[in-house]
Amino acid sequence: MKLTVWTYEGPPHVGAIRVATGMEGLHYVLHAPQGDTYADLLFTMIERRGQRPPVSYTTFQARDLGSDTAELFKIACRDAYQRFQPEAIIVGASCTAELIQDDPGGLAETMGLPIPVIPLELPSYQRKENFGCDETFLQIVRTLAVPCERTPEVSCNILGPTGLGFRHRDDVEELSRLLEELGVAVNVVAPMGSRPSDIARLGEAHFNVLLYPETAEGAARWLERRHGQPFTKTAPIGVGATRDFLAEVTELAGLASVSTDESRLRLPWWSSSVDSTYLTGKRVFIFGDATHAMAAARVARDEMGFEVVGLGCYNREFARPLRRLAEEYGVEALITDDYLEVEKTIEALAPEMILGTQMERHIGKRLGIPCAVISAPVHVQDFPARFSPQVGWEGANVLFDTWVHPLVMGLEEHLLHMFREDPEFHDAAGPSHHAGHGPVKLRLVGEDEPVAPTPVNDGAVVWLADAEKELRKVPFFVRGKARRNTEKFAAEQGLGEISVDTLYEAKAHYAR
Amino acid sequence: MSVLAPTPSGLALKSPGCRDAPVLKERGQREVFCGLTGIIWLHRKMPDAFFLVVGSRTCAHLLQSAAGVMIFAEPRFGTAILEEQDLAGLADAHDELDREVERLLSRRPDIRRLFLVGSCPSEVIKLDLTRAAERLTQRFAPRVAVQNYSGSGIETTFTQGEDACLASMVPDLPSTEAEQLLVVGALPDVVEDQLLGLLRDLGVPSVKVLPTRTADDELGIGPNTRFLLAQPFLGDTAAALSRRGARHIPAPFAFGEEGTTEWLRAAAIEFAVDAAVFERVTAAPRARARKAIAAAAETLCDKSIFFFPDSQLEIPLARFLARECGMRPIEVGAPFIHKGVVGSDLDLLPYGPTLSEGQDVDKQLDRCRAARPDLTVCGLGLANPLEAEGLATKWAIELVFTPVHGYEQAGDLAQLFARPLRRREALRL
Ligand code: SF4
Repeated sequence: MKLTVWTYEGPPHVGAIRVATGMEGLHYVLHAPQGDTYADLLFTMIERRGQRPPVSYTTFQARDLGSDTAELFKIACRDAYQRFQPEAIIVGASCTAELIQDDPGGLAETMGLPIPVIPLELPSYQRKENFGCDETFLQIVRTLAVPCERTPEVSCNILGPTGLGFRHRDDVEELSRLLEELGVAVNVVAPMGSRPSDIARLGEAHFNVLLYPETAEGAARWLERRHGQPFTKTAPIGVGATRDFLAEVTELAGLASVSTDESRLRLPWWSSSVDSTYLTGKRVFIFGDATHAMAAARVARDEMGFEVVGLGCYNREFARPLRRLAEEYGVEALITDDYLEVEKTIEALAPEMILGTQMERHIGKRLGIPCAVISAPVHVQDFPARFSPQVGWEGANVLFDTWVHPLVMGLEEHLLHMFREDPEFHDAAGPSHHAGHGPVKLRLVGEDEPVAPTPVNDGAVVWLADAEKELRKVPFFVRGKARRNTEKFAAEQGLGEISVDTLYEAKAHYAR
Repeated sequence: MSVLAPTPSGLALKSPGCRDAPVLKERGQREVFCGLTGIIWLHRKMPDAFFLVVGSRTCAHLLQSAAGVMIFAEPRFGTAILEEQDLAGLADAHDELDREVERLLSRRPDIRRLFLVGSCPSEVIKLDLTRAAERLTQRFAPRVAVQNYSGSGIETTFTQGEDACLASMVPDLPSTEAEQLLVVGALPDVVEDQLLGLLRDLGVPSVKVLPTRTADDELGIGPNTRFLLAQPFLGDTAAALSRRGARHIPAPFAFGEEGTTEWLRAAAIEFAVDAAVFERVTAAPRARARKAIAAAAETLCDKSIFFFPDSQLEIPLARFLARECGMRPIEVGAPFIHKGVVGSDLDLLPYGPTLSEGQDVDKQLDRCRAARPDLTVCGLGLANPLEAEGLATKWAIELVFTPVHGYEQAGDLAQLFARPLRRREALRL
């Protein structure tokens, strides 16, 4: 038993849902209680998808236990097949269903559905979300990929993108463009963007681009063994890594030389121009999934001129390569999925910047350290409307912009902190160039403003104690508006004092 | 002194209510949260309480996803994640739990109440949290009281988690003979203060609240306790209170001007409040509430509305929207319909809409698409997909996370429904 406050990864069946949601024509029948349907909101709210994930949850209840949960599963399977007419179905159990041992795979097999049924074994009490992605994709590939002829022109598959992936949509687009510039055709992108019928023809490609080892290494290795397709080992994140990746692809494709157009790449000049001098030696702490964290370390040191003071990942599966890299950078590797441990390490290292996940963003907020997000898990604001890849040339440009952005903010915040203590900016002393006017106070966003207000008309309106107390209950970000409206209302009504009633009269008056 | 009349003339219905309307009972796939979700607001309400879920990584992930951006440095909830070895031997699981609790309490001296919250996995493996709570209470008394309840998805739906939590506290409350009114339900502080203020102004002698804010707030229960539910999902808590001799005052829920007035009136009648006093105390806020609602009602009037089951607030809200905002409910779905609790609201809800209990989500989506309502109230998993199909939606979860009860929030409540419609009108895309 382990006490967990926040988790970096969900359970493994969430990984399976990410694979299914990325694909089309595939349906997932998940033996699970009703509460597990929360997973849908990850896709509909955080990723803003306009379709429900293709998942049927059996939503068994306590009263079903022992008697007919297996029957419920079969009904759900049959209904899902009839309603959604998928090309293939994956079936499995969530943590609770794993305990009741109904064997979804075995049950589905006896139903004689006329489509492939792929059983998933995802041990909920040992493994996590990324494993769930990887294993699910592997099982889909094992079941569906058939031996086939290579395409006449040189081609590759892109393996790894899933639903809810950090910038997967844009990475695929940028990567496809790079490959096209090299003259390598893209055969299938999977799991995201593919159908079961596309998985069948994975073997047509000459090799595989393994975009995200976390979600597709199992499938890439299997395809290498069974279909003789080698796969790429470099994640093309950052300038140097993209160049290495292109060299790797050139070799796998058997091309004469690397031919690529770097005219879109701006990071090198942006980083060399004098304005960037202030970035030099900024102490950064890096944490995320291993692939993104390791790539970020190289960009941070070699392409931004930062000093890497800490490096870690939450997925133990990749501990070894990350440890090696950390050693190379002369820092201690932090391999943990315990949020509190990450926080403690950051606090101890006191970096000037964090490159992390949404969790580290919150740590940063608390400790007052700027943070840029480089890896899942991410929140709704990390699914931008604009094109914003991490890989390739445009990815490098995006990294420069996103990493610098919070630093500017950070600088401003420092100034605010400094001036807050400055006697010149003290509450009681107005700024010199505004002599004779009321006091001005610099305020940090989010900090409570003074509750006792400055009256709009020189003390003509008085706040009664109760009303003032009531005003304090209004959230800070609308409190100022509530105060102004109430005072305006009181003035219009010719009232000398503001009571709780006046406050709410004004609220009703301005309701809209 | 004039006696307050139980049925005010203004409430007479033109059509019969829905109390005896047929209910469509569904037992298919559900798309709702489990009771663990209640922890998100309960832990804010009880600042000296910690909620320790004994569950799986799924439970931890659910809490985190439902809490959304509300990541606190170190929140007062967490999940003791069961691992392979805990499943193998229950004795060891108990030892492990004790160890985690000890560690937690030594790190957090501010914790005075600890709730062990059962989940699906802990229930399926029959980990007895009642026994664990007793054992841990003995160990940590008097500093910390340890209680337990189930928020599992196989037992509870969304807001039922709060019901289970409050019900778990009732047996341990001391007995009292005092005459008092108990308001039951975790309300936002601003709402609670307003409602208690009104009850005090009406002259109701002693008003208490369950849950108490802190462990030190005194609260007893006994035969002279009468209680008003503040939320429609508290059926088990009501039953637990009744077992302690307290008496339920049935009332419509305090949504909207009418709902709030009727809720207060039910208490006023119980405590023989003079009609003139009632009028004096409620007149001004009633007028304000009506005024604030009117602004939103312009947008809502004559629009149709469809409720997917979510929080059990559906029936009282449909009543409010139909009677005070002029909306036309097409289907009112609720996870459970407990007539002893929402009976008064059903009486007031004009006959007509389909009442459904439970869910078969795909079939309900078919009904919703066929009806093409002007507004659909649903969970977060369904909202964007329905918007993408051209249907305006209101996320139900906001109704539990924001202050919506009482006179001063009546306008806000109406606005929550009006905003999606106004937004559609505002956008030129
Ligand atoms: S439904 Fe059960 S297993 Fe799922 S999150 Fe809720 S309590 Fe945990």
